[in-house]
Amino acid sequence: MNTVRPVQIVLPRPSLHWVPRRLGGLVPLWALALMAAVCAALLATAPAWGQALQAIPPLSARVVDTTGTLQAAERAQLEAKLQAFEQARGTQIVVLMVASTQPEDIVDYTQRVADVWKLGRRELGDGLLLVVAKNDRTLRIATAKTLEGAVPDLAARQIIDSAITPRFRQGDFAGGISAGLDQLFLRVSGEGLPAPQPATRSGLEGTDWNGLLVFLFVAVPVAARLLSTMVGRKWGSLLTGGGLGVLAWVLSASVVLGLIAALVGAVFALASAGARGGFGAGGGNWGGHSGGGRFGAGSWGGGGGFRSGGGGNFGGGGASGRW
Amino acid sequence: MVKRVMVWCAAAWLSTLLAGCGYNDFQRLDEQTRSAWSEVLNQFQRRADLVPNLVATVKGEANFEQQTLTRVIEARASATAMTVTPETLNDPQAMQRFQQAQAGLGSALSRLLVVSESYPNLKANQGFQDLRVQLEGTENRIAVARNRYIQSVQQYNVLARSFPSNLTAMAFGYSVKPNLSVPNEAQISQPPAVDFGTSK
Repeated sequence: MNTVRPVQIVLPRPSLHWVPRRLGGLVPLWALALMAAVCAALLATAPAWGQALQAIPPLSARVVDTTGTLQAAERAQLEAKLQAFEQARGTQIVVLMVASTQPEDIVDYTQRVADVWKLGRRELGDGLLLVVAKNDRTLRIATAKTLEGAVPDLAARQIIDSAITPRFRQGDFAGGISAGLDQLFLRVSGEGLPAPQPATRSGLEGTDWNGLLVFLFVAVPVAARLLSTMVGRKWGSLLTGGGLGVLAWVLSASVVLGLIAALVGAVFALASAGARGGFGAGGGNWGGHSGGGRFGAGSWGGGGGFRSGGGGNFGGGGASGRW
Repeated sequence: MVKRVMVWCAAAWLSTLLAGCGYNDFQRLDEQTRSAWSEVLNQFQRRADLVPNLVATVKGEANFEQQTLTRVIEARASATAMTVTPETLNDPQAMQRFQQAQAGLGSALSRLLVVSESYPNLKANQGFQDLRVQLEGTENRIAVARNRYIQSVQQYNVLARSFPSNLTAMAFGYSVKPNLSVPNEAQISQPPAVDFGTSK
């Protein structure tokens, strides 16, 4: 395991003790400022050094066409098709048309786009990406890992060869994409993925539950002890519970959760403060109700804009083709 | 009572301190590199599993270049003969041997695909073309898995070498992990010699 080999880490060991002394005395301030300026300048120009890869366009819609090939009506039609499928099945499919993927080949470019966009529902990761590089005359269907079973590489290749590229050769891009999507819909529908749920996004999503638990088990007893030495057991527990409740309320933007946390906190604090028979006071901390104005549901369900579900993990599955 | 409060405070302080010098990050990233490595192995296995079918299909083609075929078979045998344990990850030599074996299989397979271009029957064989697509997909997956492994090792190594988490690494004996490399580094860093036969 890790402990077998000797430590090879290069430590800036001598620098530890002289830094404070020397910073003030020997190294002039202007030299430090100069260094900082140089570093900042380097940082600013750093991206220009690398080989200029194609930029990843922002995920603004289900059909992103940077080449302007698709007519507005065709775009709207594809867009509606994809939206209807997502509403019915939940799977997110996005079409990206770019002029070229040079200097990368289409596989690497698609992978980069997929890693940034992360299409697919957060909990399922069912996303699909169809990239068309018009001037390179290449295209690729990339499947998220969840859909590698529904759309195996071979199936993706068959869809490309039978439905998409024949139409692309005749210059019918919208028709090719549309036919390809129909085939993909069939494949994905056969997979039996769970149906989409109505949007119930709450503030709980980003909460670090582990951190909160540790906090509960470490900070609450400490606070309870401190407070109960100051104001007595009963009031100390109540204060601790109330504090925890307010904290939970602020973190999760949910009054109900705040109240639950307050109750749990108070009970926990009472128990850890070693109070005997003080249980009856548990009901006293319902006062956190006063400022319940944050109930509004307006913060989610943004309406028209399309957003990635953020769950898609693309592991290189899919197939490429050319026409 | 005050003394006990002090003890509690000290315990809380210590626990936050331990989290602060990256102990938990080491555990998280170590586990991350392991799972990334498992994915690499998984995809290598997938490739090795495809080879017997490929070989069987190609064998059906009369008078196929035998040398290419046997090279693939041998390369697969040596690649699958290597057992890889999590300990391999911290052993640069074992790591290198493993990579060499896999790279050998990769180049043997690509040679096979190039040679197959000159066999019209094989090109028209649907089974062979299907295997080809699958092989291509597997190579892509290997590339992605390798890339993710390299990134996770990089994260781990940055943590192990930067201050103050390097002190934690010292205290617990976490060393820098060897990253994936290209086995024939010297070979590919030379510009290829293009010879159209004019010098003869």
